[in-house]
Amino acid sequence: MEPNTHPFILPQREILMLKLEKLTKVYPTGDKALTDVTLEIPSGQVVALIGPSGAGKSTLIRCINRLVSPTSGKAILDGTDLTALGAGGLRRERRRMGMIFQEYALVERLTVMENVLSGRLGYVGFWRSYFRKFPQKDVDEAFRLLDRVGLLAMADKRADELSGGQRQRVGIARALIQDPALLLVDEPTASLDPKTSRQIMRLICELCQERDLAAIINIHDVALAQMFVQRVIGLRFGVVQFDGPPEGLTPEVLTTIYGEEDWKETIQKVDEEDLQDDAS
Amino acid sequence: MPISSDKSGLKVWQRRDRNTQLLVWAGWLLGTMVFLYCWRQISDATEWFFVWDAPRIAADIGDRALPPRWAYINSLWEPIWDTLNIATLGTLFALVLAVPVAFLAARNTTPNRYIIRPIALLIIVSSRSINSLIWALLLVAVVGPGVFAGMLAITIRSIGFCAKLLYEAIEEIDQSQVEAITATGASRWQIMAYGIVPQIMPAFAGISVFRWDINIRESTVLGLVGAGGIGLQLQGSLNTLAWPQVSLILLVILFAVLISEWVSAKVRGAII
Repeated sequence: MEPNTHPFILPQREILMLKLEKLTKVYPTGDKALTDVTLEIPSGQVVALIGPSGAGKSTLIRCINRLVSPTSGKAILDGTDLTALGAGGLRRERRRMGMIFQEYALVERLTVMENVLSGRLGYVGFWRSYFRKFPQKDVDEAFRLLDRVGLLAMADKRADELSGGQRQRVGIARALIQDPALLLVDEPTASLDPKTSRQIMRLICELCQERDLAAIINIHDVALAQMFVQRVIGLRFGVVQFDGPPEGLTPEVLTTIYGEEDWKETIQKVDEEDLQDDAS
Repeated sequence: MPISSDKSGLKVWQRRDRNTQLLVWAGWLLGTMVFLYCWRQISDATEWFFVWDAPRIAADIGDRALPPRWAYINSLWEPIWDTLNIATLGTLFALVLAVPVAFLAARNTTPNRYIIRPIALLIIVSSRSINSLIWALLLVAVVGPGVFAGMLAITIRSIGFCAKLLYEAIEEIDQSQVEAITATGASRWQIMAYGIVPQIMPAFAGISVFRWDINIRESTVLGLVGAGGIGLQLQGSLNTLAWPQVSLILLVILFAVLISEWVSAKVRGAII
């Protein structure tokens, strides 16, 4: 099947937040992780990025905030070409991209508050951050966000004392205190139980709506993705295979993304789970 | 191939195949032969008469050394204080110098793998390859005898030790925490302060007290070459065959080492 290169049709009022133009990444080993990925994401839209392990999902979001340098192509955030930036410019633009990680990636030996405030590092000078003298408005915002994610009482706990779901909430607060325009979310639920996974996905999607954020969420759980997002992009071998609304994920589409398997169950399960959710 | 089939077609699994097994036996044989040969060499070079006589001599010296000359303790307070100072200050200076060397040597933090990292590794190796007693010998010649030479010897010897253990700890950190801090737009130094330092703090504390503990022992002998501390008294007493003083000095050293062990165990327990 031809890679789906049709741009997603945008309603007029929305601002184009992220644009990828033929983004390609070839690792030094010769592995082609991404090939000519082109897509546009408006503000306020939450996109699920699905695909088998090794399809390039992590590489794609890391190429956007340049934790991994793309080989060619462009990533344009709100008009700024991220691939052309020098070190200083890159740090400034990274402040506008919050990132949430699979294994939470909190600094385990720092407190919850310190972890949340570390999202402000790009805005604060070295010595102020070293002595933990963050501006009062940052501290206020940290408390507000901790309250929003339901962890106000945990502010003084060390991150390694928290449960998985709680840690991911801290990770979300750390990303949001950056005041980002875009959220890059890498497998946010892979280490969580099904109930916590839903809560975390719901929280991320709600926050994106509240703040009109664009978001890319890498996710393995297709059913979970379908429940929460407005748009799904399917990646296989670094090539976009599908780009459309979650209802468009037919067994045929899933086969092109993941390979041969009986997909009817997966798709059915979504409806059943939704019913259960409504009932409870 | 450890998996094979016997005549009846049954699958047989062995830990090693035949050739590997033979090689392992050959290795053991070679090892035993080398050991026997070396033992012969040592045996030929030993006057066995003295060895058989050793218990009598040891008993004789023990006899003369006991009881310790307790009154001598009053002239030991100052040297033992010097010894503690040599060990503690030497460790502190070594840590201050070892931290930057470790960051330059660790693969994931070094600014340059091809020039700066080898230099840092060279510093570590050269500091580690020479015993502090030898460093003290050299430094006594350079800066003159006394506590300062001893402290410098401890410092130089400890830089390599601390830097090596520390850079290994830096290389083993969880890289995702560093990634997360990088992704916020933090600067290089902020990434270090937030992403790396918290992760290596337990290792750093452990290494510091461990090295301090070792340095207390090492600094007790530095006096033998004139680099200050209680070793000076030990050498004097040994030279004049004042065995009751020697036994008291050894007791004092034992006591000091016991205390340092206790302190370092407490510190390590508190930090982790």
